[in-house]
Amino acid sequence: MFGKEKSSLHQCAALESKLIEYLDGRARPVERHAVEEHLSGCASCRLRAEEFRAVWSALDDLPEVSPSPAFDAALRARIAAEPARRGFWDWMPTPRLALAVTALVVMSVWLSSRPRVATNPSVVSQASPSSQVSAESDFGMIRDLPVLENFDVVSKFDALSELPVAQAASRGEVIKETR
Amino acid sequence: MARTDVQLMLDVKAGDEQSFELLLRKYRTPLVNFLYRMVRDTAVAEDLAQEVFLRVYRARQEYAPSAKFTTWMFRIATNLALNSVRDNRHRQMEISMDQQVDSGESEQPVLEVADRAPSVEQELVARCRAEMILKAIHALPEKQRAAVLLHKYQELDYDEIARVLECSESALKSLLFRAYETLRVQLAPLVSPTVRMDRVPVDRSGQPAC
Repeated sequence: MFGKEKSSLHQCAALESKLIEYLDGRARPVERHAVEEHLSGCASCRLRAEEFRAVWSALDDLPEVSPSPAFDAALRARIAAEPARRGFWDWMPTPRLALAVTALVVMSVWLSSRPRVATNPSVVSQASPSSQVSAESDFGMIRDLPVLENFDVVSKFDALSELPVAQAASRGEVIKETR
Repeated sequence: MARTDVQLMLDVKAGDEQSFELLLRKYRTPLVNFLYRMVRDTAVAEDLAQEVFLRVYRARQEYAPSAKFTTWMFRIATNLALNSVRDNRHRQMEISMDQQVDSGESEQPVLEVADRAPSVEQELVARCRAEMILKAIHALPEKQRAAVLLHKYQELDYDEIARVLECSESALKSLLFRAYETLRVQLAPLVSPTVRMDRVPVDRSGQPAC
């Protein structure tokens, strides 16, 4: 540890944490004053501080090395070899394909946003015969809904499908009876 | 008005490649020097410095200026250097080289370089001093070495170095004191008032043994 003249061992030990920032000039005025006060009364610490200062100065003699002339080119090559960040549009191989996908998406959205013809009563009343057939089949499904919701009936359909072809003729009758 | 490092990095984030060039020009020499003094191998130092810039570039989209740019950059550099130093291949190379240099060093006479031609003498002394300093720095434990390099040569603030090394400021000051104390002992031939500054160890042929 540091010297003991006019100072306690504790004071010398406490100097350790303050000496570096005192020597590099970053100590606050209060701390700088405290270190100087201690050094003025402690020859051993004063010698230690002088040697630290000499080390600090000697370290300046280490010459700088320069990056090689190929440094930047090598770095650019490494950056160029990096896989590019791919956004959504980067997945499109050509702008033409990107335009086609855009047009398809826009058309799909437009079509889905149009009101359906069958659900509009005013249109149904003026509909063509083919539209009327479609509406009637929809009505038939609604009529048969209780049957379709009956699980027992539906399960029998599966059982009937397993019958031989000869017995399949009676299948329609079974359905009628069920209804 | 010159843009700050943080502003340059934010411009890189916005897609300005020129700002990355400015950061590269500003920090490539400090980074190569820091890494060279950490790993003591120019080729490895350059490779690591490029890796630092690559990682900075790669992270540009996620960059948030929560700390100083230098803190962030030297943290990347320090981690890379520490990993490299801990790599067995580098360590083995270093040991084999040191063994060659150290052999018979204790028996070497001291060269009175004042008897030689001044220009050659000064060049040899300077080279020898530099080699001694580099060797003393490299003999420090890795974390102490990084602390000294960031403190002495990069002149980072204490709080910055503490963040880079992931320790408290008081722990850093203790680390630095121990490091400089070791350097004081190792570099005694250069710094002790009782030892002539122009004396350098020489080998048997009379050449500086650095």
